Amino acid sequence: MKIAVCIKRVPDTEMRFAIASDGKSLDPAGLKFDISDFDGYAVEVALRLNEQHGPGEVVVVALGPDALQETLRKALSMGVDRGVHLQADPVPFDGLAIAGALAAELKGQGFDLILFGRVATDTGNGTVGPMAAQLMDLPCVTAIAKLDIAAGNGTAQRELEGATETVGFPLPAVLTIDEGIARPRLPSLKGIMAAKKKPIESRPAQLGPVHLTVEKLEFPPERAAGRIVGEGPEAVAELIRLLHEEAKVL
Amino acid sequence: MADMFACAESRSGSFRKVAFEAVTAARHAADASGGGKVTVLAIGPPGLSAKAAELGRFGADRVIVVEHAGLARYSPEVFAATAAVQLQPGSFRVGFFSASAEGRDLAPRVAAVLGVGLASDITAFEISGDAVLARHPVYVGKAVATLRLTGTPALVSLRPGAIAPVEQARTPQVEVAAPALDPAAARVVVTELAQRAAARMDLGEAPVVVSGGRGLKSAENFKLVEDLASAFGNAAVGATRAVTDDGWRPSSDQIGQTGRLVSPALYVAVGISGAIQHLAGMRTAKVIVAINRDKDAPIFKVADYGIVGDLFEIVPPLIEAVKRARAEQQ
Ligand SMILES: Cc1cc2nc3c(=O)[nH]c(=O)nc-3n(C[C@H](O)[C@H](O)[C@H](O)COP(=O)(O)OP(=O)(O)OC[C@H]3O[C@@H](n4cnc5c(N)ncnc54)[C@H](O)[C@@H]3O)c2cc1C
Ligand SMILES: Nc1ncnc2c1ncn2[C@@H]1O[C@H](COP(=O)(O)O)[C@@H](O)[C@H]1O
Repeated sequence: MKIAVCIKRVPDTEMRFAIASDGKSLDPAGLKFDISDFDGYAVEVALRLNEQHGPGEVVVVALGPDALQETLRKALSMGVDRGVHLQADPVPFDGLAIAGALAAELKGQGFDLILFGRVATDTGNGTVGPMAAQLMDLPCVTAIAKLDIAAGNGTAQRELEGATETVGFPLPAVLTIDEGIARPRLPSLKGIMAAKKKPIESRPAQLGPVHLTVEKLEFPPERAAGRIVGEGPEAVAELIRLLHEEAKVL
Repeated sequence: MADMFACAESRSGSFRKVAFEAVTAARHAADASGGGKVTVLAIGPPGLSAKAAELGRFGADRVIVVEHAGLARYSPEVFAATAAVQLQPGSFRVGFFSASAEGRDLAPRVAAVLGVGLASDITAFEISGDAVLARHPVYVGKAVATLRLTGTPALVSLRPGAIAPVEQARTPQVEVAAPALDPAAARVVVTELAQRAAARMDLGEAPVVVSGGRGLKSAENFKLVEDLASAFGNAAVGATRAVTDDGWRPSSDQIGQTGRLVSPALYVAVGISGAIQHLAGMRTAKVIVAINRDKDAPIFKVADYGIVGDLFEIVPPLIEAVKRARAEQQ
């Protein structure tokens, strides 16, 4: 199958980070970047599908600054065949603006599947995938945790609150990938060597109009320092008292 | 004065709590603008119109019901096309959706059909001149953004639980409309909806979440977590990735960066170390309780109340004490 995966380069915010002096972006000092979590799963899904269903092509597409070629290269070292870089700096926060550029790039290119992450770890939006699908007029299933493809049709499962949905769809289609479906492989040494020779095309992104911008960025209020109520079963009575009288949650 | 629109989510013919949250938000926005009207769209199987009055309880002036035998389950294409038709540009200032599993699928499609902006998964909002200002957690909850959303209608999806439903009873005018797309023509079809054992509340909606980590040692021992949740009564059960990876609990129970994000009134962490990826999913809980035998476990840094010790000795008396405390209040 011919599969495209949209991957986003995001700051690794597991580490400490600071807010820049403009009050609406991250201080770039010391930031490290990587593929957004769910996009890594999506790459893995694409690679496994072609390992199972015979030969095909996997293409990764990323929109952002020049530095994301490193991110594309990482996907290539996992086994992806080629990369496309859509130049945009800065990357807008508005999902529809990004979806417009990705849809313009991907539409009519003969992909059987176009995969996205369920949500990017930086924006927390979870909108680019279904928006791009709508703009390309392709069937779309979001946040899938299980996938089967056979004879030009797919079946996916998605988790709802308290329920699981099974969804059928025809190919070509857009899917957004949730966790649980496939843990991404680590690049092998051979993969890293091979990736150096794989092609990356680069061209300006055709962003859609922007309606949504970040006005301010701040840290949530810090939690007050924790308190140890006591040790062992003897502390249970005091915990119950505090939950009832102080926290008023019991 | 500005008119508002809300999409009311239902499942199996009944409105969900998030529907009342969306109507409450729309009512609030209409009143704050000097008294506009609130139109609510409800899509589902035949029989839904009989429940339209429930939406009036939270302030709907007008309810558009789209009933169809082919819409007993969610149909992304039919719902998106129908919502887009009802939400015609020019009539409404803001369209409110839920950032539930269904709403997170629906709202972006509608925004793309209409070519309008969407602020997704917001926790608070305010209309300010020609913009909507919305609060939205970013970087997996480690920062909060204030977003500026322009254009009309401006679409937002509300994080479940962020806006409490408030009753402001009205008698809504109920209209029936046809789906904008024949359900039989949809390409994407939900073929099955398997409700999980309904004994438990959903993680995103429960006021109390009791979660277990690798400290439980086995799937069987999760009975302790289940029993503690039952003792609280209004609790859901969560887990760490270590636990879902080992298959002790389904992956839908995972809380954290790559699982569910929860903000209950009370979060009880049992045998959980408190890895940064887990904290990302629960650190906004109002009160956190931790039980761990390692006094240096990072979970104690965020726990309002911690007990150091062996969970197998602490949880059984805790279950009994919670039951007693609740019995006394009744
Ligand atoms: C990209 C990425 C994403 C991730 N996403 C998530 C996520 O979404 N959610 C998540 O949870 N994790 C996630 N993780 C994994 C995370 O880093 C931790 O590995 C995981 O949260 C640890 O789970 P745990 O606390 O159950 O196990 P452990 O870290 O092994 O902790 C077990 C705890 O139990 C205590 N304990 C043991 N026995 C007892 C006893 N008898 N009585 C009392 N206490 C006891 C121990 O002291 C210890 O603190 C992610 C990791 C990565 C790399
Ligand atoms: N700048 C980008 N470049 C490539 N893919 C992107 C970009 N932004 C978002 N995506 C894709 O869209 C998904 C959802 O992003 P978001 O809507 O921002 O949460 C991501 O997981 C990616 O798959």
